Amino acid sequence: MIEVSDVRKSFGKLEVLKGINLTVKKGEVLSMIGGSGSGKSTMLMCINGLEPIQSGRIVVDGIDVHAKSTDLNHLRKRIGIVFQQWNAFPHLTVLENVMLAPRKVLKKNRQEAEQIAVRHLKHVGLGEKLKVFPSRLSGGQQQRMAIARALAMSPDYMLFDEVTSALDPQLVGEVLDTMRMLSKEGMTMIVVTHEMRFAREVSDRVAYFHQGKIHEIGSPEQIFGSPNQPETANFLKSVHGA
Amino acid sequence: MFKYSFQWRPVLQALPEMLWGAVVTMQIALIAMAIGIVVGVAIALGRRSANGIVRSLSTGWVEIARNTPALLQIYMVYFGLGTLGVRVDSFYALLAGIAFNNAGYLAETFRGGFAGVPETQFRASRSLGMSAFQTMGYIILPQMFRLVFHAMTNQMVWSILMTSLGVVVGLTTDLTGVVQQLNVRTFRTFEYFLVAACLYFLIAKVVTVAARILAWRLFRY
Ligand SMILES: Nc1ncnc2c1ncn2[C@@H]1O[C@H](COP(=O)(O)OP(=O)(O)OP(=O)(O)O)[C@@H](O)[C@H]1O
Ligand SMILES: [Mg+2]
Repeated sequence: MIEVSDVRKSFGKLEVLKGINLTVKKGEVLSMIGGSGSGKSTMLMCINGLEPIQSGRIVVDGIDVHAKSTDLNHLRKRIGIVFQQWNAFPHLTVLENVMLAPRKVLKKNRQEAEQIAVRHLKHVGLGEKLKVFPSRLSGGQQQRMAIARALAMSPDYMLFDEVTSALDPQLVGEVLDTMRMLSKEGMTMIVVTHEMRFAREVSDRVAYFHQGKIHEIGSPEQIFGSPNQPETANFLKSVHGA
Repeated sequence: MFKYSFQWRPVLQALPEMLWGAVVTMQIALIAMAIGIVVGVAIALGRRSANGIVRSLSTGWVEIARNTPALLQIYMVYFGLGTLGVRVDSFYALLAGIAFNNAGYLAETFRGGFAGVPETQFRASRSLGMSAFQTMGYIILPQMFRLVFHAMTNQMVWSILMTSLGVVVGLTTDLTGVVQQLNVRTFRTFEYFLVAACLYFLIAKVVTVAARILAWRLFRY
């Protein structure tokens, strides 16, 4: 379970998260939507400790992420994250990309790590691309590789930050399909997305971020069907696919 | 008119001796390069340190190494430490001087190299649970070295040529030192120095080609 309570986060003088409260249960898929600069990416970075917070608490399965005593490298094994772009390590082959962390962090030997990597790469449909360098992959394939790389750590949670928004339209589908598959398998996910149709289809709940706050949160039917807040309605009107 | 008649036989006879000198030259250049790379990385990182003292020391090193003659840097190690009562062998003085110079130049090169590796690579690696140290070793450094490989090759060549400054601290075993000794014994100045120059040229070319092959093997992506 991920419990976010009263989290505030600033970059210098700019307060980006202004008191966030949120709980994500095991097996749940939560989508985060909202305008540019509303703090969605920052929220994800705070959840796995890539960014510090100024006040409040984020607790993952009982572990306070931002406590001084917390071993973040240990925690991060359990929280996979995939970013919008530049995820691939360009100097490593697809297989090496996925094998690296299992070897160096989980201390698996080469064969074990390779087995794990191959299994996850096949799972996301990249079984034919093992020895290829990322520069030879399409954007969609690179993102699927990044998903496989995160999954190879056997995480309990997956965070996705607009993983399709840097892709050509015809490549979006394959990546969304991969995420759909994960949600069916019961993975706990937080998905920041601009793909409203996707959010509506896979989410258990949808959170609308506005000016550093969760302005409205509810079931996809409620948020997309009958938003309570005028800002939510305006936002949904302004984006396509809702 | 003074007529200088070339005599190549003594030079040919001395060739094995000169080749041994070339080996010493390569030895110094390679060790100084290895030290320069390690220290250069440390300095480049030190310049981004949160600690003000570390930052100033790193910047100071780069500034001195790049803005004073290499000759004086070698002198300083040899005579500077000498006046402090530390006697340094001329081999090690030259080695330390060149390593100092390499580290300064390479640090600046590496700084640019680090800037060329996207910040997101660091994040992506840390998000997988890799430590800062592992991230540096497996993700950042390999990419950084590729970006600066050409500049590093140049520094290596420069490092080889700098070894010829060893004569000023009395080094007699490197290529220039050997030639200098032969010259004193025989006065066949022009022949010896010409052959020595050719040897330096050859070494530099071989190193450049070897580096290119290495890069081709190393950077397959
Ligand atoms: N490293 C940083 N330093 C300073 N300001 C930052 C940094 N990262 C984000 N910000 C600022 O924080 C605010 C929230 O950014 P964030 O990336 O979380 O928004 P977002 O909701 O993900 O937007 P988008 O939909 O455009 O990705 C923005 O105003 C942004 O400029
Ligand atoms: Mg964002």
